[in-house]
Amino acid sequence: MQLSVNGRKHELPEGSTVAELIAELALDPRTLAVERNLELVPRTQHAQTCLEEGDRIEVVTLVGGG
Amino acid sequence: METDLQTQPSLTIGTHTLHSRLIVGTGKYANYELMGEALRRSGTDCITVAVRRERLIDAAGNNLLEFIDTQRYTLLPNTAGCFSADDAVRVARLGREILVGIENPGADWVKLEVLSDTKTLLPDPIATLEATKRLVADGFQVLCYSTDDPVIARRLKEAGATSVMPAGSPIGSGQGVLNPNNIRICLEYLKEGDPDYPVIIDAGVGTASDVTLAMELGVDGVLLNTGIAHALDPLQMADAMRHATEAGRLAYLSGRIPKKLYATASSPDEGVITSKPR
Repeated sequence: MQLSVNGRKHELPEGSTVAELIAELALDPRTLAVERNLELVPRTQHAQTCLEEGDRIEVVTLVGGG
Repeated sequence: METDLQTQPSLTIGTHTLHSRLIVGTGKYANYELMGEALRRSGTDCITVAVRRERLIDAAGNNLLEFIDTQRYTLLPNTAGCFSADDAVRVARLGREILVGIENPGADWVKLEVLSDTKTLLPDPIATLEATKRLVADGFQVLCYSTDDPVIARRLKEAGATSVMPAGSPIGSGQGVLNPNNIRICLEYLKEGDPDYPVIIDAGVGTASDVTLAMELGVDGVLLNTGIAHALDPLQMADAMRHATEAGRLAYLSGRIPKKLYATASSPDEGVITSKPR
């Protein structure tokens, strides 16, 4: 299935979860937050939250700012 | 006894107590190493951070968190770059989620910025008020970046803002505190019957004297970023900003002399051996 991750097209197997996406991206889940279709997915729900075709995913972290 | 600000009462904002009255941003430094040293030299124990997309392409890129001791600093996540209440609420929740993940005490507060346009980066007061209400209802301690208008400042406090943070002047402009009279009225309104309510000057300070002037007005703290990050020598400017904050605070507490038009001699009139002009 195809979805959007941080504004880019991304292919994932059907039924993939948020946790599997983060693992594929090789990111540390403690230092990021995930939004699915404008709704926060809490860290405790990453493993249970299945992604769907066309989902818009944002994966964010902290950067320098004022 | 010499006055040591380390022994003076520190700054309490909601449930957070800070030792320094200077809050420093982490943006716009030439590199993260320089940022880390500038933060240390500034004496701050509270630093602002922004929420942005993970760089999925440049996975080897440096992460801010590798250069910050999250045991030492309370992080204050901002909603910079948001131009609507909806977006500010989204970003605040994402920031909270990250700070929970790294177990930083700043997870329960946010520096709310809802901006109006890209040219001035001035806050949109109506959207800021709306976002404040929603974030307070969601359990956040909200530190509101605001204009220096005393009326909106009072409205934000009534909406439950933990602190109101009027801009001295536009973000990154280095113009200092352009309207000290408005800041005085903000202080009067916000602290009426509530003298410990924290009021912080956020944005626009360019150099040490701007910080000192702000502190002498009686604000509780100053939040700055560009003034240090873009100085020719950021580390030396971090020292200057630390001293400026302490100097301004001490001067405010000490009670300045009134301004007068004419001179008053410092040496006694009695016993002079010379004659005065008519």
